[in-house]
Amino acid sequence: MLLVAPLSPVTPIDWSPLWISLGTSVSATLLTLVLGVAAAAWRERRGGGGVAIVDGIFLLPLVLPPTVVGFFLLLLFGRHGPLGKVLLRMGTTLVFSWPATVIAAAVISFPLMYLTSLAAIEQVDSHYLQAARTLGASEWKVFSEVTLPLAWPGVLAGAILSFARALGEFGATLMIAGNIPGRTATIPIAIYFAVEANDIQRAMVWCGVDVAISLMLLGGLYYWTHARVPGRARWVRR
Amino acid sequence: MTLEVTIAKRLPDFALDVSFATDNKPLSILGPSGAGKSMLFRCIAGLDRPDSGRIVLNERILFDAVQRIQVPARERRVGMLFQHYALFPHRTIEENILFGLSHLSREEQLKRLAAAIDGTHIGGLEHRYPRELSGGEQQRAALARSLAVEPEALLLDEPLSALDTHLRSQMEEQLQEIFAGYQRPSLVVTHNIEEAYRLGERLLVLVRGRVAAFGDKEDVFRRPPNLEVARITGCKNFSRARAISSSVIEAVQWGCQLQVAGTIPASLAHVGIRAHHVDFTEASNASDESNSFPCWLVRWSETPFRITLFLKLHRPPNGPGDYQLQVEVFKEKWQRFRERPLPWHVRFAPQSLLLLAE
Repeated sequence: MLLVAPLSPVTPIDWSPLWISLGTSVSATLLTLVLGVAAAAWRERRGGGGVAIVDGIFLLPLVLPPTVVGFFLLLLFGRHGPLGKVLLRMGTTLVFSWPATVIAAAVISFPLMYLTSLAAIEQVDSHYLQAARTLGASEWKVFSEVTLPLAWPGVLAGAILSFARALGEFGATLMIAGNIPGRTATIPIAIYFAVEANDIQRAMVWCGVDVAISLMLLGGLYYWTHARVPGRARWVRR
Repeated sequence: MTLEVTIAKRLPDFALDVSFATDNKPLSILGPSGAGKSMLFRCIAGLDRPDSGRIVLNERILFDAVQRIQVPARERRVGMLFQHYALFPHRTIEENILFGLSHLSREEQLKRLAAAIDGTHIGGLEHRYPRELSGGEQQRAALARSLAVEPEALLLDEPLSALDTHLRSQMEEQLQEIFAGYQRPSLVVTHNIEEAYRLGERLLVLVRGRVAAFGDKEDVFRRPPNLEVARITGCKNFSRARAISSSVIEAVQWGCQLQVAGTIPASLAHVGIRAHHVDFTEASNASDESNSFPCWLVRWSETPFRITLFLKLHRPPNGPGDYQLQVEVFKEKWQRFRERPLPWHVRFAPQSLLLLAE
């Protein structure tokens, strides 16, 4: 709190939370896109026993309060945490830095990416994969050239949901990244501290920005899940 | 070129347990739905794993349970045409065909692409997506894709079942043409008797996971070994039977004794006759001919060119369900004798009777 100086209405607004939020959300989404799709592909292939435990771990961030996730991340990446020690030995630290906002947002939004892409991958007709195999394709080729393109609309919808969730991330971010203006202060954190400092006008501006971004995301989501997928329009020449 | 298959696999309802070898002559595998036909194909293609046995293609071991060899599908060089074609919907026909050719030089790819398109008559459709093609065109495209990788064996799973009737005969001809030029083991799974007969030179009848008959198609159709095979190859009339002498049997349900041709199998259990093999004779000379019996018409059902008559032997029927024989005749013949007074007389020619073991 002490890091934020109350701004008078005439002070030009500091736009850094917007860029930090967008940078964090884009990075976190790219990270979850790769990890979530990989996890979903692995899970779909494996099936069978032990899957419930894996699912439980992957989905935990969705059901736990973000502050609890943030606390666990703090234990993991703090000076005395297992990963924190490794980073310290490498001469760096993660806590209260910009990468910490990415880690927090990525962990929190991972379950959405995982669930959506798993559903999309499971829906791909297995005959296509079998046909690919009888044509001599390696498992990687089957995945990258058949499964993924066919599951892509669903994966993309998952990415949009993840991005939206990452953009709204507050609890876990505050726990491990704090509120350092210009470095870790994202839009939700800026709103919280603006309200706390009784700077209603600034809070309103950031809320307006969030509503605008969210509407764009919903528009994109609608386009991809409704306009694109059912007709598979892009696979038919007009 | 040979394909030898000896495999066993437990399935939920029964066990698949088959053994056969085939060469370049096309082999039809006929069986009712759920007989294990598709699973057999999946095991040969490497998409499923048998519990035990051995699969050898041109002296190359694809599967051997004892030696623990299980060659993955991508290395088997076994082409498979899926029932619903499985063309990749996000790729054009050309891209579909090129999918299996990426390991080849660009020059070789284009050569194979052109050959595949020519061989299956799909010129002009290369840049369309599968969705934009008719069922028949999709099937030819899928066949082109399978053949382009030059597989050492070709498996076709119900190739015609998804097509309209008028397209079927046309596609059947094309498949025959492709088989003729292919000269490698090719197997067709079907539940349609006529398809099985026309597409294959040899015929394997699969019933509940077991080989019920295997041989030249004419032999299997002319002399089905048992009731199941006779039924699957389209025979509709059966009666339990037992031998009376070396040339006479008693047909229990038909209530008569019949002269037969050829040797009676020791394990004779049933006698059968195909619906179009039953003859009608004039009442006047009925008594002179052997295997001739009076019959009453119960009801009939029509198709455009033929008519199926449901007949009761020896005495008038008690109701529309009380019949013993189904007889198929062309309509012209039916027109000639439909006005005759009942009873009519049917004749079972001795050489038309199927003597079926248990």
